[in-house]
Amino acid sequence: MTTAPAIHLDVTNTDPVPLSRLLRVEFRKSYDTRAGFWLLFSIGVITLIAEVITLIVAITQDLDNVSLGTFTAVAAVVTSFLLPVLAIMLVTTEWTQRSAMVTFSLESRRSRVVWSKLLVAFVLSLASVVFAIVVGVVCNAIFAAAGGTTEWWNQDVRDGVIGFVISQSLGMLVGFAFAALFLNTAAAIVVYFAFSFIVPTLFEVGTAVFGEHSWFADLRKWIDFNTAQNKLFELSTMSGADWAHLVVSSLIWVGIPLVFGLRRILRAEVK
Amino acid sequence: MIKVEGLTRKYGSFTAVDDVSFTCQPGRVTGFLGPNGAGKTTTMRVMVGLTPATKGQVTIGGLRYHDIPNPGRHVGVLLDASAQHGGRTGREVLTIGAMTMGLPDSRVDEMLDLVSLTASEAKRRLRHYSLGMKQRLGIAHALLGDPQVLILDEPANGLDPAGIRWMRGLLKSYADRGGTVLLSSHLLHEVEQIADEMILIGRGKIVAQGDRASLLAGAGPAQTLVTSLDNEVLSTALKEAGHVVESAGQGLCVHAPAVEVGRAALSAQVVLTDLRDGGAGLEDLFLQLTADTQRETPPDLAAPTPGGTIA
Ligand SMILES: Nc1ncnc2c1ncn2[C@@H]1O[C@H](COP(=O)(O)OP(=O)(O)OP(=O)(O)O)[C@@H](O)[C@H]1O
Ligand SMILES: [Mg+2]
Repeated sequence: MTTAPAIHLDVTNTDPVPLSRLLRVEFRKSYDTRAGFWLLFSIGVITLIAEVITLIVAITQDLDNVSLGTFTAVAAVVTSFLLPVLAIMLVTTEWTQRSAMVTFSLESRRSRVVWSKLLVAFVLSLASVVFAIVVGVVCNAIFAAAGGTTEWWNQDVRDGVIGFVISQSLGMLVGFAFAALFLNTAAAIVVYFAFSFIVPTLFEVGTAVFGEHSWFADLRKWIDFNTAQNKLFELSTMSGADWAHLVVSSLIWVGIPLVFGLRRILRAEVK
Repeated sequence: MIKVEGLTRKYGSFTAVDDVSFTCQPGRVTGFLGPNGAGKTTTMRVMVGLTPATKGQVTIGGLRYHDIPNPGRHVGVLLDASAQHGGRTGREVLTIGAMTMGLPDSRVDEMLDLVSLTASEAKRRLRHYSLGMKQRLGIAHALLGDPQVLILDEPANGLDPAGIRWMRGLLKSYADRGGTVLLSSHLLHEVEQIADEMILIGRGKIVAQGDRASLLAGAGPAQTLVTSLDNEVLSTALKEAGHVVESAGQGLCVHAPAVEVGRAALSAQVVLTDLRDGGAGLEDLFLQLTADTQRETPPDLAAPTPGGTIA
């Protein structure tokens, strides 16, 4: 065999792919497919429909305990349902559509791709909070203009904004973690919704069976992520114990699946 | 440029790639041939770090793939043209690739032009692409970063005859400019015409490698196909010269190099209408070498190539 020149790749002038570029790419991937686009679009539309219904009820029933929080809460509920689905799809479509093969050949440091996706999901969570507040402000203004009595702000900023941001992000993280664990859209979504509906019911049943002051109720505080998370909406009143419950239950429901999921993504054979 | 050393990949007790070693030189097209399930794709996936090796290693230009910064700028990869999100348009797929590699958008248009995908096709979603269109897009994607090395798994798969010929030209000129090309195929004809070097793999093991001539040299005694205006006379003359002669279709199959057949025809004064190498050609060699690794019927190998006008 002949020894031809240029046996070595000259990589001295090539910079590694910077994280900022991966972030832009992953952000773009969140809306450039039909599924991604419609998901984002439906989050917007469903939120608006829910807000319109709330407005109609509030105006026709002439409700008197309305505030900005009433409307942002509606947007919060809708987005908190769909945001995890968005986070799930960010991860799983790479596997179900097999584009991971290309993604990981262009950036073989797989963890950086995963972190970019996580950051994008986080940015989208923040955006959902901003969206909810903006929609809330507009609806509240409409309600006031329609002659309703409303308050603009009747809660602690920590509850209405910071608690909201943390809660949205945690919800998104659960979806993300399940997605990384299952690498399959349907499985991750099913498990996510089972987690948000069936698990809380089981906790209620357990508490009913064993009693309010049983070992089960004590244990539940540490593993019931939903209850711990709901306290975030009264963040200003959260005690040290509440925070501890939140941290421990998040570690269980987010931390563990995420660690196993990451391990799986980093090691898996990509087909 | 590409150096595979003692590469082994096991799946449980099954060894998909078994102690494979070879190199691909810059300025040359290396063909990677083998029947279904021989381990071509697995080897290529290990090369680009998508599948971990059980043993051995692969370096590209002295570096492990993982250590190549912005690998798309150095190594163009096409492993599976269908492995893209079906909901993205062709242009979007390239745009995302260009963005990741840090290339300007103009590069996307250049590549679309290069692989002859029209503007309206580029706007279509991948789900609606034909196999050949996906393949063209995949080739465009591999070439986006203007890499020095190309690793292509069955790039001709699904291309029309004109497309196959175009691709041959493309890869040839790419290698002539100093690029390194590794392409796999199970169609010998497809590779034979452009590969400077061939690596034959069967059931995970390399069964032969070398350039066309050196492979043929090991292919056993030469055979020649000949047709003449008077086959009977020619046949007698050849037998008298001590060659084994069989009838083959319209002509004869002679167990001797073409030069001997020509000589016999000259002395017997028979006009030849066709004289060509018909013996243990590469294809026979290929089949023979991979015989024990072959499935019962090798339909792909027996079938004519889509571009098989030049056989
Ligand atoms: N994840 C896996 N688990 C078990 N076996 C596998 C796995 N991946 C590949 N194989 C086996 O490894 C062998 C080599 O497969 P590979 O895809 O590399 O073949 P190939 O040469 O590319 O074949 P083809 O020409 O059909 O594309 C096959 O027998 C295949 O079934
Ligand atoms: Mg293959």
